[in-house]
Amino acid sequence: MTVAAFSFYAFAITTLMGGLMTVISRNPVHSVLWLILAFLSSAGLFVLLGAEFVAMLLIIVYVGAVAVLFLFVVMMLDIDFAALKAEMARYLPLALLIAVVILMQLALAFGVWSFDMGADDRLAAPIGEGENTRQLGLILYDQYFLLFQLAGLVLLVAMIGAIVLTLRHRSDVKRQDVLAQMFRDPAKALELKDVKPGQGL
Amino acid sequence: MGADLQTILPEIVLAVFAMSALLGGVYGGQDRTAPLLVWLTAGVMVGLALWIGTATGTRTAFDGSFNDDPFSRFAKVVILLSGAAVMLMSRENMTRRGILRFEYPILIALATVGMMVMVSAGDLIVLYMGLEVQSLALYVIAALRRDSARSTEAGLKYFILGALSSGMLLYGASLTYGYTGTTLFSGIFEAAADGVSLGLLFGLVFLITGFAFKVSAAPFHMWTPDVYEGAPTAVTAFLATAPKMAAMALFARVVHEAFGAVVGDWQQVVAFLSVLSMFVGAIAAIGQTDIKRLMAYSSIAHMGFALMGLAAGTAFGVQAMLIYMTIYVTMNVGTFAFILSMEKDGKPVTDIRALNMFARREPLKALAMLVLLFSLAGVPPMVGFFGKFYVLRAAYEGGLAWLAVAGVLASVIGAYYYLRMVYFMYFGEESDALDGSMSPVAWGMFMASAAIMVVGVINLFGIEPMAAAAAATLVN
Repeated sequence: MTVAAFSFYAFAITTLMGGLMTVISRNPVHSVLWLILAFLSSAGLFVLLGAEFVAMLLIIVYVGAVAVLFLFVVMMLDIDFAALKAEMARYLPLALLIAVVILMQLALAFGVWSFDMGADDRLAAPIGEGENTRQLGLILYDQYFLLFQLAGLVLLVAMIGAIVLTLRHRSDVKRQDVLAQMFRDPAKALELKDVKPGQGL
Repeated sequence: MGADLQTILPEIVLAVFAMSALLGGVYGGQDRTAPLLVWLTAGVMVGLALWIGTATGTRTAFDGSFNDDPFSRFAKVVILLSGAAVMLMSRENMTRRGILRFEYPILIALATVGMMVMVSAGDLIVLYMGLEVQSLALYVIAALRRDSARSTEAGLKYFILGALSSGMLLYGASLTYGYTGTTLFSGIFEAAADGVSLGLLFGLVFLITGFAFKVSAAPFHMWTPDVYEGAPTAVTAFLATAPKMAAMALFARVVHEAFGAVVGDWQQVVAFLSVLSMFVGAIAAIGQTDIKRLMAYSSIAHMGFALMGLAAGTAFGVQAMLIYMTIYVTMNVGTFAFILSMEKDGKPVTDIRALNMFARREPLKALAMLVLLFSLAGVPPMVGFFGKFYVLRAAYEGGLAWLAVAGVLASVIGAYYYLRMVYFMYFGEESDALDGSMSPVAWGMFMASAAIMVVGVINLFGIEPMAAAAAATLVN
């Protein structure tokens, strides 16, 4: 077994196990930790495929930001996960039924898989040689410029929406006004009193 | 790249306007700037409509993933004008309800950008991105009155079902991509022309299911009454106009531009959606007394008629669908201008029995409402009848005589509840009177819409040749 093949199996098995344990572990904090393991090993898989940029993205964005955020949410929200899971278990038969139907559909789709005659010509051309950060940048800001900007608009709308629906200005809260603090006149704010020893105010 | 940017310039202008309005709103006094922003946004939208309406020619951008053709321009003009009209007429009402936030016009502008991208899409990914920009903005404005449980429920319901439908659409899109090797409509057209494999058929059906959700065609309509009822009336008015036109235009573009070579494969599906929507809309509305729920069922029925034009699978069918949608949007602007004014003691009233003997107190408004309701029902002298006539003819000429017969039956059933409202207005029992007032802008929209329904019978304001030109670019 070559080193590449060995690493592939190691990463693949770890990814699958991480995913499985995420679902079945009883402690939600452990779930998130298993999830991080799954992310890390899939990043390894991407490196094996030669997609180092996506691998780094997975580690920085998913492990560094998303999973840590998950961890905070899980630890801060007081949710009874056992009760939630019991609730879920009630719908298990229905969920299984739907899963089987979808599986059969997929099998059906795979069974009749016939790539269309001219499909090879229509496939997007593979991106050129060179490190893939550069290639992704070239394609993202040129060919897929419109899509990239539209994705930005989606995020902008989501941000506006989150603020519109949740931000409340409370009038009973004291806020810090930095400028007012800096431009305060010490002469007016401070009063010096000469207190004689032994007399007090 | 320069030519590409030139092609999407209207979208860029509107998006940049929305972003600068956002900055202006945040730093310039927040909700106090809202009325000004409403006027500015409406002004920009009308200006863009004039710009787009006078453009000519057919261009594509970004390797064919974005089209600027008569079809997209027709849809864009309707979307921009109706969006501006709804925003202007609901401004005063929203101020009174205390929900005129400065983000509202900005979200409407961003939703409009999404709709403009949707109707111009020439690629499955562009289609999806446009749809998401539009839908996300709509979910937010549906829940705009966040202190009300019903509005929040409407927003959440809309969000969850919208996400489900987007999921189906994406599933269909990925199957289509998998079996044809491309996301470009032109490429899918070529691939489908060689014969539709079972997998591609699955993709097509899932795509149609996603669109049916978005246009609220039965059996994917269940979210519509709840969202219409729960959302603030001003938002309902917007939901019932521009997004319907956008979703319908998108539907037409995908089935014709990507699957135009295999009309037989989607015709029965669309015809089925059409006949079911017409009957569900007509029959389920009979027991309703809430005018917003009534309008929801009415929109389901109207989508059924518009789909009838699409089901014909011909250029005339697309033309009939465009004319029908334009008339539908115009009627709805007027009807919602009236619904916005239904108030008693400063509280909104949505029960249709509150209209009792409305004609005695406000004869002019009652007459205008009568014209609009007759037009919605499709009673002959009004323009609404011509909309129905076009789609029925398209279905008949497309070889779907049974669908046309079903359409006539459904419109007879549906006429019952429109006429019941007229009955309440003219012959109901005297009861507590509505005392709401209309802002001059809303009054103008209401009267103009009613007048169009009467005067338009002369030549439909010349939209017929424009719709024909639009349809001709889509169906060859």
